[in-house]
Amino acid sequence: MGQAIAFYTIAACILGFGVLVITAKNTVHSIMFLVVNFLFVAGLYVLLGAQFLAVIQVVVYAGGIVVLYLFVVMLVNLKRPPEAHQDRRRRGRLGVTCSLVVLAELVAIAAYKYVSPAAGLPPALPMGPDNVAQVGMLLYTDYLIPFELASMLLLVAMVGAIVLARRDL
Amino acid sequence: MTPITPVHYMVLSAALFIIGVIGVMTRRNIIVILMSIELMLNAVNINLVAFSNLWQNAAGQVFVIFVICVAAAEAAVGLGIILAFYRNKETVNIDEMTLMRW
Repeated sequence: MGQAIAFYTIAACILGFGVLVITAKNTVHSIMFLVVNFLFVAGLYVLLGAQFLAVIQVVVYAGGIVVLYLFVVMLVNLKRPPEAHQDRRRRGRLGVTCSLVVLAELVAIAAYKYVSPAAGLPPALPMGPDNVAQVGMLLYTDYLIPFELASMLLLVAMVGAIVLARRDL
Repeated sequence: MTPITPVHYMVLSAALFIIGVIGVMTRRNIIVILMSIELMLNAVNINLVAFSNLWQNAAGQVFVIFVICVAAAEAAVGLGIILAFYRNKETVNIDEMTLMRW
């Protein structure tokens, strides 16, 4: 019962702030709504027993990525609102309609066939209260090579971002 | 009140994903479009964690770490491109970004 109340509250906040992110006129307001949205997603992770991911979500998303967005919004000093110029060929309403059709389809698929645990998939590492240790163990044993690749990806992205943001490009 | 099943999480995830898609389709500010893409990545993460919880297998959470990693790289490179473009064209409106349109 308590879990259901928590889920519905968090879900309503996630969706509400998600809608606010894409409807806010001011970009800075949009970023602030995005922070709140990320914090509620972190709450959902706690509800699902993924405490490590909740911390990562707050630190990386709400701490790092959002600051990056804020920096860019401050650097890009807009003299006129970016929504002023409108392309006649853009079909926004058609896009919204198609998106809602896809949403109905996804919900129908989710509701049609309830996904039960597959018989042939035993839990590799049974999840217990020690979530951080399990994620760390998996990350450094089974997924060691993807982990190293991810570090390379971050390095390449960092170098690329510096090169792109240089003044004499 | 019915118990919370993975279907609830899937519907929440689909709704958040579609909010992101609508943001990409309707907004013209490219910074807001990048934020919508972050929303979509978050929707995928919710799905992965929900199924990780269903199967009691922590591998799904490892995938979420990789998705967050890719999202961070995407944000850094995307915002670098926006800065470089703004320096040249003085706009962040994607309707005016017609440099490579035929």
